[in-house]
Amino acid sequence: MQIFNIVIAGVGGQGVLMASKVLAESALASNLDVKQNEVHGMAQRGGSVISFVRIGDKINSPVVMPGSADLLISFEPLEALRYIHYLKPGGRLVYNKVSINPSTVAAGLAVYPDDVEQQIAALCAEAKGLDALSIAREAGNGKAVNMVMVGTVMQHLPLKEEIITEVVKQISQNKGVEVNLKALAGGAAA
Amino acid sequence: MKKIISGNEAIALGFGDAGGVFASGYPGTPSTETLEEVARLGDVYCEWAANEKVALEAVIGGSIAGGRSLSTMKHVGVNVAADALLTLTYTGVNAGLILMVSDDPGMHSSQNEQDSRNYAKFAKVPMLDPANSQEAYDMVRAGFEISEQFDTPLMLRTTTRIAHAKGLVVPQEKVAPQIGEWVKDVPKYVMLPNFGKLKHVEVEARLLKLQEFAETTPLNRIEMGDTEVGIITSGVSYQHVREACPNASVLKLGLVHPLPEKKIREFAGSVKRLMIVEEMDAIFEEQIRAMGIEVEIGKNKLPLCGEINADLIRAALGDKVPEVAAPVTGLPQRPPVFCPSCAHRGLFTILSKLKCFVSGDIGCYTLGALPPMNAMHSVIDMGASISAAHGMAKVNAIAGRDEKPVAVIGDSTFFHSGITGLLSMAYNDGNALVIIMDNRTTGMTGGQENPGSGVTLQGVPTQQVEIAPLVKALGIDNVVELDAYDLKATEAAIKKGLETPGPYVLIDKNPCVLRYKVRKPAIHVDQDKCTGCRACLKVACMALGLTASGEKQKVRVDPNVCNGCGVCTQMCKFDAMHELGGDNHANL
Ligand SMILES: Cc1ncc(C[n+]2csc(CCOP(=O)(O)OP(=O)(O)O)c2C)c(N)n1
Repeated sequence: MQIFNIVIAGVGGQGVLMASKVLAESALASNLDVKQNEVHGMAQRGGSVISFVRIGDKINSPVVMPGSADLLISFEPLEALRYIHYLKPGGRLVYNKVSINPSTVAAGLAVYPDDVEQQIAALCAEAKGLDALSIAREAGNGKAVNMVMVGTVMQHLPLKEEIITEVVKQISQNKGVEVNLKALAGGAAA
Repeated sequence: MKKIISGNEAIALGFGDAGGVFASGYPGTPSTETLEEVARLGDVYCEWAANEKVALEAVIGGSIAGGRSLSTMKHVGVNVAADALLTLTYTGVNAGLILMVSDDPGMHSSQNEQDSRNYAKFAKVPMLDPANSQEAYDMVRAGFEISEQFDTPLMLRTTTRIAHAKGLVVPQEKVAPQIGEWVKDVPKYVMLPNFGKLKHVEVEARLLKLQEFAETTPLNRIEMGDTEVGIITSGVSYQHVREACPNASVLKLGLVHPLPEKKIREFAGSVKRLMIVEEMDAIFEEQIRAMGIEVEIGKNKLPLCGEINADLIRAALGDKVPEVAAPVTGLPQRPPVFCPSCAHRGLFTILSKLKCFVSGDIGCYTLGALPPMNAMHSVIDMGASISAAHGMAKVNAIAGRDEKPVAVIGDSTFFHSGITGLLSMAYNDGNALVIIMDNRTTGMTGGQENPGSGVTLQGVPTQQVEIAPLVKALGIDNVVELDAYDLKATEAAIKKGLETPGPYVLIDKNPCVLRYKVRKPAIHVDQDKCTGCRACLKVACMALGLTASGEKQKVRVDPNVCNGCGVCTQMCKFDAMHELGGDNHANL
C-alpha cells in the first residue's frame, strides 16, 4: 500500500497522544508497519501539540514533512490553521470547532481571529468541522474529544473500523471503556 | 510478540530482557520515560537520583558490585555527571555499565543543543546510536556485551526522534540477571595518580581494540545501492537518508565511536561522491577528513543547528525538493503556559509587578520569563538561580547599587544543585532573596517523584525531606513560608525579603495541581460588574478570555479550563469575579 501520513494537532492536555496511540496500535493490529512520533516534554497545559502517524508496508522516517499529509486531524480550529500546510494537495482535514484561547490571547496580547473557519475552507476543499466537545459530553465525558475525533476520521483511514474499536476497548481504562466507545461511535455518526 | 513502543520504552524493555539489575537516572526530556518504563517492568530495581552525577556514581557502584547497570539522563545531564564519567573510563567496569543519554536536536525542550557524541570522544568510550525502536532495544544487550568484553562504560545515545518515536519491536529471549562477585581491586578502582597513569595507557589500547571491533561488527553495515552517491550516517538521520534517497549506497553506523577507518575507506572508494549526514556537530566529518578522505557533501551543505530532514538532504544533493504551501502567517502563538491554577502564577504576577531582577532556574517557573510576566532575567543551568544571584549581589555591592536580586528555584532543582549554591551563599555572607517553589514534584518533565515527594520511583513510601529545616541547617536564619495564591501576602513577603539584609528564603509549599490532581470549582465573571479593564488578564491564565467582539469587550472564564485558584479574582477591583460552585469541569 501507499504510505498514509496522518498529522494530529491540538492543545496540550487534549489527548492528542492517546488518539495517536489508538491509530498506531490499530496499524500494528492490521499487520502494517507504523511509526508514530510527537514531541512532548513540557508537562504544562496549553501549548500547541503536533503528532505524526505514518502507516504503510515499510516506514523509515518518523516525521511527516509539510505538504505530505493525507489527513490532518485537529482538536482545535486555530491549530488546524497552524498546521494546514502539512496537508498534501487534495488532503483531508477534520477539525473540532470548539476553540481554546492561547495564552497570548488570554493575556490580551493577541486576538483570536474570528474567521478561522473561513480561512480553513479557503485553503482546504476537503475540510470538515464538528463540535466534538458536545459529542464527548453526550458520551459522558468532555475529555473524550480525542475519541470523538478518531471516530470521525475512521472511514477515511486505511484501517478497519472493527480493529480501531477493538484497540480502543483494550487501551481504555476500566471505567473509560464505555465512554470512549460511545464517543467513538458519536464521532463516526457526526 | 511484536509491540509498538518508543525508543525510551524499548531501552527499558531491552534492559529488563538483557539481565539488567540496577538503574538510576534523573528526569530530563527526552530521556525521562526510560526509567519510568523500567519501573513499570516491575521486576527490576530502579530509582530517581537527586541529580545525574549521583545517578552515574550509583550505577558505577552497581557495576562494581556485579550487576548490569544503566544510568539515564538528558544531554545536559552528562555535563553534571562528566566528572564521574571521565574517570570511570579509566577504572572500567565489573558488570556491564551503560550510560544512556538523549540529545535534543532542534531544542524541542532543552536549554542548549549539545551533541553527546563529543563526550564519547572526550571520555574515549564506545557509543551506540540506534536508528529506531528495535535497534534501541537490541543495542542495550549488545551494549552490555561490549562493555563487559572491553572493560569499559558504554554510552547509548538517542535523539528526540528516536527516544519519543514509536516503532515496531520484536523482543529477544529474556536472559536472567546474573550478579557477579564484588571484588576488591585497588589498582583498578582507586584512581590515585600512580594507578591512573597505568590506566590511561590501558584506555588508549582499549580504544584501538574497539576500533578493530568497529571494522567487523554488524552494528556498522554497508548497504550497497547506486554507486553515484555514498552516504555515511547514523541514528535517525539514517531514516531521513532512506526517505530522501531510497537507492543510494549507505554506510550506516551503529557504533559511532570509535569509527571503523578501514570500512569507511573501503566505502568511500566504492562510490563516486561521498556525503555525510549527521545532526548537529561535524563529528564524523572531521574525523573522516582527518583520515585524508575526500568528503563532497557534509556541513558545507547541511546545517549544524537543528534537525535534519529528508528535504534538507535532497537540497544538499542538489535534487528537486517538493514545493509546498507556506504556513499560514500572523496566527497568535500558543506557547506553553503555567497550567490553570498553578501556584507559580501568583508568584510571577507579583514579581512582574515589583519589577525586581529575577535570577531564574530550570523548571515550569521558567515560563515566568515570557510575556506578559517578563519576570525572569537569567536562566543558565540547574541551580544557577541561587549561585548567580549571589554573584550579582556581590558585584552590586561593589558598584554601590542598592538592589537585591531574587532567585526562583523549584524543589527538584533545589535538590539537584541548589543546595550547594545556598550553602555557599550563607558561607560567603550573601545578599539575595531566594524563593523555593516546593510543589513536591519534578513538574516540567511530567511530575516525577523527588526527595520531597515521600514516595520513590517504584511507588514505595519513603523519607520526605522538609526544605525549611534543611535551609536553616545550611546557615540561613531567615526562612519564611509563603502562599503564592495569596497575592497581597506574597507581595508583602517579597518586600520584606528584599528589605531585610542578607540571605532570605521564602518557601511555597502548594502542591503541583497537575501531579496531585487538585480540583476546585471554577470562577464566574459577573458580566454586569465587569468593566473590561483587563486587570485580571495580567495573570496570563488560559482560562480567561475576552467576550466576542462587541462594543465593550468583557472578560469571561472558560469553565472547561478554569480550576478555581482565585488568583485572577484578587486582581479585580470591581468585585466581578466569584467562585461558581458546583462540579469542576476543568479539562486538566
Ligand atoms: C542537568 C539537567 N538535568 C535535567 C534537566 C531537565 N529538567 C528541566 S526542568 C527540570 C525539573 C523541574 O522541576 P522543579 O525544579 O521541581 O520545578 P517545577 O517544574 O516542578 O516547577 C528538569 C529535571 C535539565 N534541564 N538539566
